[in-house]
Parts: sequence; structure tokens; C-alpha cells
Amino acid sequence: MRIAWPETGAGLFIVAFGILSAFGAASIPTSSWAVVGPSLFPWAVTGLLVICGVLLTIQGLRGGWTGEEEQEPLQKGQLFWVGGGLIANLILIDDAGFIIASTVMFAMVARGFGSRNWPRDLGVGFAIALISYVGFDRLLGYKIGSGLIEALI
Amino acid sequence: MDTLAQLAQGFSVALTPINLLFAAIGVTLGTAIGVLPGLGPALTIALLLPLTFQVPATGAFILFAGIYYGAMYGGSTTSILLNTPGESATIVTALEGNKMAKRGRAGAALATAAIGSFVAGTIGTIGLTFIAGPVVDFALKFGPAEYFSLMVLSLLTVSAVLGHSELRGITALALGIFLGLIGIDLQTGQGRFTFGVTELLDGINVIVVAVGLFAVGETLWLASRKLQHDDVLKVSDSLMMSKSDWKRSWKPWLRGSFLGFPIGAMPAGGAEVPTFLSYAIEKKLSDHPEEFGKGAIEGVAGPEAANNASAAGVLVPMLALGLPTSATAAIMLSAFQSYGINPGPQLMQSQPELVWGLIASLYIGNVMLLALNLPLVGLWVKILKIPTPMLYGGILVFATIGTYGISRSVVDLVLLYAVGVLGYFMRRFDFPTSPVIIGMIIGPLLEQEFRRAMTISAGDPMIFLQKPLSLALLLIALAAVALPPIITRIRGGKPLPLA
Repeated sequence: MRIAWPETGAGLFIVAFGILSAFGAASIPTSSWAVVGPSLFPWAVTGLLVICGVLLTIQGLRGGWTGEEEQEPLQKGQLFWVGGGLIANLILIDDAGFIIASTVMFAMVARGFGSRNWPRDLGVGFAIALISYVGFDRLLGYKIGSGLIEALI
Repeated sequence: MDTLAQLAQGFSVALTPINLLFAAIGVTLGTAIGVLPGLGPALTIALLLPLTFQVPATGAFILFAGIYYGAMYGGSTTSILLNTPGESATIVTALEGNKMAKRGRAGAALATAAIGSFVAGTIGTIGLTFIAGPVVDFALKFGPAEYFSLMVLSLLTVSAVLGHSELRGITALALGIFLGLIGIDLQTGQGRFTFGVTELLDGINVIVVAVGLFAVGETLWLASRKLQHDDVLKVSDSLMMSKSDWKRSWKPWLRGSFLGFPIGAMPAGGAEVPTFLSYAIEKKLSDHPEEFGKGAIEGVAGPEAANNASAAGVLVPMLALGLPTSATAAIMLSAFQSYGINPGPQLMQSQPELVWGLIASLYIGNVMLLALNLPLVGLWVKILKIPTPMLYGGILVFATIGTYGISRSVVDLVLLYAVGVLGYFMRRFDFPTSPVIIGMIIGPLLEQEFRRAMTISAGDPMIFLQKPLSLALLLIALAAVALPPIITRIRGGKPLPLA
């Protein structure tokens, strides 16, 4: 049987996650007075993760589990725009504020999903962000931060 | 009679203008998000969790329950008109419903789905009304050991037995429990799994994980694949069902209800099994088996009823035992916690107004939903036509509000997107995502019951095997996990038909 590399990788990722979990569990000081100390469940989860990861890796080496029809090519261009939108949001939200960050993210995500109309997408994104901001932050009192445009309203 | 008196009191709570308003908002919002592909009740309720700081508990739960029921109704509209089922439970509805719509019978399909949902939702709510009390009486006899074993049984059946693969289900569950353990251990005050990050001492917010998996992960997954342009089918016929439609629908509605409610109410939960069972039964019992696969109305009526009745059933373990068997129920449970309310068998005694007001509001919500879904179906069709780029752009904006608003910290956004990437890979490799949420909420409770039991037994783990009920529950859990692979092996590698 052919080795399914992506599935093997997923299995190894879970093993790695289990190892990370083991480091976390090992760094919990055990207190002597408690019947069940704070590190018992972390160790149990660690064991579960490592066992699952190993079994998944074996399944991957034996040909994997996702069928051939699942393996359609990755749409890198689309992912680039959507991922870029998320990153732009991260960069902009603290300094430029929620409204500008969301407008940019909205337009980039829309571009990723096949839209080609920048002015419309920026406009719609701005409108949604503005209405949400006023609704949540000003009317409901659910604070979503300050920023350049937020300072004006 | 006691139950009826309490229900009457519940109605007096649910019928106050403010709570009626919450129910109306809930069912409307629920239908809308049910109609929109990519949005589900778990995500929506997670995004609304911050509301719990502003609104009294009863109002918030009436709102959440309305969203939960409404999403079930809305989902069927999408399955019938668009053939892209948002939830696995509505796959079956799409099977026949979409075929009916293609033959110009969309109106009849929508009508039998909506009326069937109403019938099943009402039967399920009646079931909830009368079963919740006895379940609580039984559960009050549980000690921590029995409780622990029941949680183990529930976690394993929900995540392992009912998914595509036991191994992937348990892996998802383990990831969820890991996330739930992050932060300060309440009993010993030790920080766990924080890896030196101060922000993690408070634990990871379930909102971040739910929104990351269901909104960001889903968006990334769709963006990674070729965009599909499905056309929304037109509703060309009347929404009035013909005499023969009624004749062919009413029995499937009832059968679906009586199948869906008990299965949904079990600690294993789930809407998939009853909907598939209902489909198989209706196909067998139908006078028109030749129509199945081409748009048989029984194939819409039965599964749609089973779906809604099981949604009501899921509320039985949620309200009576504090045991969530779906991602949505798990998030509602975390809402209880954020009000400082302890879910569990004591809930109905400590919060009768909340529980019975919630149950009463389900009856009211069902009536509202029938009115909302039949005459106003045109409105929902319009919502279906929101272009994909706008829809996903909007979802991510709301995801930002829901998470950045918790703390106004970019750390939460980074965490959100990291969980989103995890969610993407889980979709890519066919891991179920609900066990992550359920594990995250139940993991700490599981540990709590484990500790209580071990304290009682002075550290002797045999307590879980010495209590007969606890032993029985653990044996059932073991059988549920061990038997399917063994049967598969005996049958020569052929999986069970439902799995």
C-alpha cells in the first residue's frame, strides 16, 4: 500500500502535540496533600494524545483515510487573500482600530472568494464595520476598542 | 400534576413581553443563521455569549433556545433549495427535498419540512417537559463515581461511536480536554499547560475555540477549495400541501418524532442516527418506494421531524444532567457557568423559573417558527442569495467582534486564528470538530467528579468498579467503543451501515 504522506504528517503532528503536552504536564508541581493531584489529568490527556497520534501515523503509513476525491488541488490564490485579510486585521486592529481593520479584512476576504469589485467590497465592509461598531460598542456597551475612525464618532 | 403546575409557572415567565421579545429575536436570528450556509447555532450562541453580562439568565436562555430551534427550521430551507446541507443532520433532507424542488415541488417540500418540524418540535418539547423531572429524580441518586462514569460513557459515544472514525473522534476529544485543562487548576491553584504565557492562566475562552473552529476554520476550508456556484432553486408551486401530501406526510412526522426524541435524549445524543433511520424506515414503509431518490415527500417529512425531535431530546441530558451531547449544548452549558449557575440535577430545583421558563418558551418558539417559516419563506430565500464573498467577509468581521471584544487583546485574535488553522486541518483530514468543544467544557467537570469520588474512597480507584451503576456505565462505554471495530472485522472489513 502507498504511504499517504499528508495523513502521516497529521498523525505525527498529534504525536508532537502529545510531546508538548508531556512537557506541560511535567512542569506542574505535584502537591502531596491532594488525593488527585493537578497533574493526573494532564498526564492522562498526554497519554491519549500520544496513543492517538501513533495510531493515526500508522494509518497514514498504511495508505491514509481520506479518499482520492478529497484531494482536489489547493486554491493557493484564494487562501492567500483570505489569510492575508486575517493578518491585515491583526496588524491594523490595535492602532488603526476595528473599523479600518475590518474594512480591509472584509474586502480581502471577499477578493479571496472571487469578488473583483474593490470599491463595492470596501464600501460594504466599511458599512458593516461601522454599523457593528455603533451597535455593539455605543448602544450595547460591548467595547471593541478605539481607533482612528472610532475617535470621530 | 406537579409538572403541569411548574409548566404553567414557566409560561407565566415566558409570556412576559420582554421574554416574548427574546424568543422572537431568537427564532428569527436562528432561522436566518440556519438558512445561511456556514453559520450554525453553536457559532451564533458562542458569539452571543458576551450578552450574558448584560441580560438576565432567563432571557438569555430563551434567546439561545430560540436560536437553537430556529436553526433547525432554517437548515431545512437551505437543504431543499440549495442542496448544500450546513449540518450533517440535514443531509437526508437534502436527499429528497432538493429533488422535489428540482421537480417544481419546492413549496410542498418546504411546507412538509416546516409543519413536520413544528409537530416534532412540539412532541419533543412535551417529551422534555415530562421526562426531565424523572431523569432528575434518578440522577439525584448518583454519587460522583456514577457521574464520572456517565460522563465517560457520554463523551466516548458522542465523539467516537457516532463519527466517521473512532480514532479521529477520540483525538478531537483529547484535543478538547487539553484545551479545557489550560489555566489555573481550581482545586490546587496550580497553573497548567500555560507554557509561561501569563494570558493563558485564565484559561482559553470557549468562544475563541468555537468561533475559531466553526467560523475561521470553515472559511479557510472553503477558501482552499474551488468555489462552487449553486443556484438557489425557485419556489414555483404553492406552499399549501395537497390532500395527498398531507396523507403521505403525517405518519412520517409522527414516526420521525418518536424516533428522534428518545435517541436525542440519550447520553450519546446526536441527530444523525435518527434522521438516517427515519429515512430508511420511510423508504421501506412508503407506498411509493419508486419515488425515493427522485423526490419523495416522505423522505423529507420523516427525517426533518426526526431532526427536530432529537434537538428537543438533546435538551433532556443538558437540563436534567448537565451533560451536553452537541457542540451547541456544550456552549449553552458554558453560558450557565458564566452566570455562576451550576448545571446538573440540582438545576431544576435551584432555578425552576429559568428551566421552566425556557421549556415554556420552546412551545411558544415552535408556534412562532411555523408562522415565520411558511408565509415568510420568500424572505429566507433572499437571505440565501447573499453572495459568498460578502457572507464570509461578514462572518469574519463578526468573529473579530466576538473575540477581540472579550479582552481587546490581539493575543485572543492570534489564538482565534491559530484555532482556525487547526479547524482547517481537521476539516481537511476529516476529524469531527464538535468533540473539541464538548471535551473542553466537560473535561474539567469530569476531573471534578473524579476527584470527588476519589476523595470519598480515600484514593482507591476501585470505587468506579465497586458501585454497580458506575460499573455498568463503564462496561457500556467499553462495549460501545470496542464492539464496532470487532463487528467490522467479523463482517470482513465492511463498516456498519450507519457509521
